[in-house]
Amino acid sequence: MVENYFAGVDVGSLSTDVCIIDPSGKVLSEVVIPTGLNGSEAAENAFDSALQKAALTRDSISAITATGYGRASVAFATGKTTEISCHGVGAHQLFPKTGTVIDIGGQDSKVIQVDSQGRMLDFTMNDKCAAGTGRFLEVMANRLELDLDELSSPLHIQGDSAPISSTCTVFAESEVISLLAKHTPREHIVHGLQRSIVNRIWGMVTSIGIEGEVTLTGGVANNQGLVKLLEEKLGLALNIPENPQTVGALGAAHLAFRSFKNSH
Amino acid sequence: MSLRAEFKYKIMKDYGAPALMAFQDFKKRKPRPTPEAFGPPLKSNKRLKEILTRHYLLSRYVPGVRKVAWVTSGAPVELLRAFDFYTIYPENHSALVGAKKQGADYCGIAEGSGFSQDLCSYARIDLGHMLSGKTPAGKLPKPDLLFCSNNICQTVLYWYKAIAHELKIPLIHFDAPFVTTQQTEADINYMAQQLQDMIPILERVSQRVFYLDVFEGFLKRSMETSQTWGAILNAMKAKPAPMTIFDAFGHLAPIVSLRGLPVAQDYYHILLEEVESRVAQGIGAITDERYRLMWDNIAVWYKVRFLATFFAERKMNFVSATYTNAWAETTGHLDVKDPWTSMAKTYGQIILNNNLKHRLDLMKGMIKTYSVDGMVMHSTRSCKPYSVGQFDLRKVITADLNLPAVIMEADIADERVWSEQQIQTRLEAFCETLEGSKNG
Repeated sequence: MVENYFAGVDVGSLSTDVCIIDPSGKVLSEVVIPTGLNGSEAAENAFDSALQKAALTRDSISAITATGYGRASVAFATGKTTEISCHGVGAHQLFPKTGTVIDIGGQDSKVIQVDSQGRMLDFTMNDKCAAGTGRFLEVMANRLELDLDELSSPLHIQGDSAPISSTCTVFAESEVISLLAKHTPREHIVHGLQRSIVNRIWGMVTSIGIEGEVTLTGGVANNQGLVKLLEEKLGLALNIPENPQTVGALGAAHLAFRSFKNSH
Repeated sequence: MSLRAEFKYKIMKDYGAPALMAFQDFKKRKPRPTPEAFGPPLKSNKRLKEILTRHYLLSRYVPGVRKVAWVTSGAPVELLRAFDFYTIYPENHSALVGAKKQGADYCGIAEGSGFSQDLCSYARIDLGHMLSGKTPAGKLPKPDLLFCSNNICQTVLYWYKAIAHELKIPLIHFDAPFVTTQQTEADINYMAQQLQDMIPILERVSQRVFYLDVFEGFLKRSMETSQTWGAILNAMKAKPAPMTIFDAFGHLAPIVSLRGLPVAQDYYHILLEEVESRVAQGIGAITDERYRLMWDNIAVWYKVRFLATFFAERKMNFVSATYTNAWAETTGHLDVKDPWTSMAKTYGQIILNNNLKHRLDLMKGMIKTYSVDGMVMHSTRSCKPYSVGQFDLRKVITADLNLPAVIMEADIADERVWSEQQIQTRLEAFCETLEGSKNG
């Protein structure tokens, strides 16, 4: 009997992620590469290396769902779905009691409510500005001459963190520059940045409400300092996936599987 | 009034405009192909275009012949009709500029003169037009009078004040107290009195005498036209709906800007006949209507086609909108036997001058009567009175009716605010929720 395999391809603004699963839902391989300038090329490359890792050929993949901002550029996909649906399904696969998903992606962040099947019931997204997203952290890391890992450690600072607004990335960068000029300690600024993102997410969470367990997805979930602040603010423990960046691709692979099942 | 100007106006009205229209028609003989997702286009579109082109064309020959008034969309225009003002609707004109994707240019002119980017784009476009003389309609006549009402927003008052100051012309403001719970007797009397107090000013500006029976004639026609418009919207209860709300956005122009005139009255009879015949024949606006949606707020004028196609391709049709409904909602109050009080009731209670509870009940009712499956709310930077409260309305409606709803941030006429990728993702996710809720 020929086995069927399924793939999810998430072409995001910063990274392109591929996930391949077997019919039992087991993850065979996961790949994350930078998207760069050409989304369709990144998708091809990431897909090829995921196949290689799983020791599979293209023929063995029965259905492929593309998602993310570059979903339209994935020529080999058999279907496409928004990353919002995919993150819901992916988070539900990893943590079946998930009722709310907070996804902090490269250039947007969203709060998604899902039902017991992982189907999206409602969602809200950031508007017009990358404040409160991965891109925000990247810009700030660059300005502070830190890498993203250094920016992610939990901090125990004396006194208050530096206040940084959460409405505009560019203005927030100016604020950081002036804080640096005033010799504000760097960890106070980092703490302020983490808090700024948390405040932004908090606004979205309150507008949609929390149901069930809360799972945090997207690359920013690797930022332990931010996770800690967010947990404090929400007053609950968050589910953190082992690979938070590939949850969208995982959800896409499961959606590919579902659509294959429905059509066969 | 110069005889020469009057002669030119009469010639244009009776011969020039129709001839030019026929020529335009002859010139443009290649209609844009209709995408497969759409049903046959409405035949009335042609007549609509004729009416609007003629209206703007004739407006050039009006100075010296008839007095010109610039009027806001919610103002009680029937009173002006009794004095034979040629009316121009800056909001309508700004929507036209927006639809031609020129909004940013005009807004830029106003911003260059110090008007804030946070000001309504209808206002900025109009001020941009006033300051530069630019218009896609060729030329607009300078107003002799400005006539506004704050029943749609407070901005109009300051916007029209800016024009009055610049052009040194009189401004009449019809003050409509906001309906926090219910219209009070005092509110109604206050508004009715204002209308009567306007008569001597209008007589002076127009150099015409007021005749009550003439005014009542316009009022009656306006009422009848609004009722026909209501009947047209009502026809969209049919499955499939005979037109989309994106069609209705266009067909709204005469009821807004030519209300009270025979041309609008006649037009809506033509349109009503057409939509009713489409219903009888089962002709839908889109070829395969699977989902029925409601629209909240003013149109995104520069993206009407994009949005119409986006949803039609997903077998979704907008069958109702709070916006198009606004010109049919309160006109039932009009009463020729009691013109002043009935106008106060009609114009004082329109959706933007009414409380959120009223809006919630109205929307819930429309969702039910039009068999609506989901709602798209356009949160527009320009129109605060329309956009404030949308988050709460969405929350309550989603919870009470278990109805998927999405809010998209955009603007009515300033295309610089449009962020296509973000909006598209949001709308696609909304469609996925809707499909999930109906199939699951």
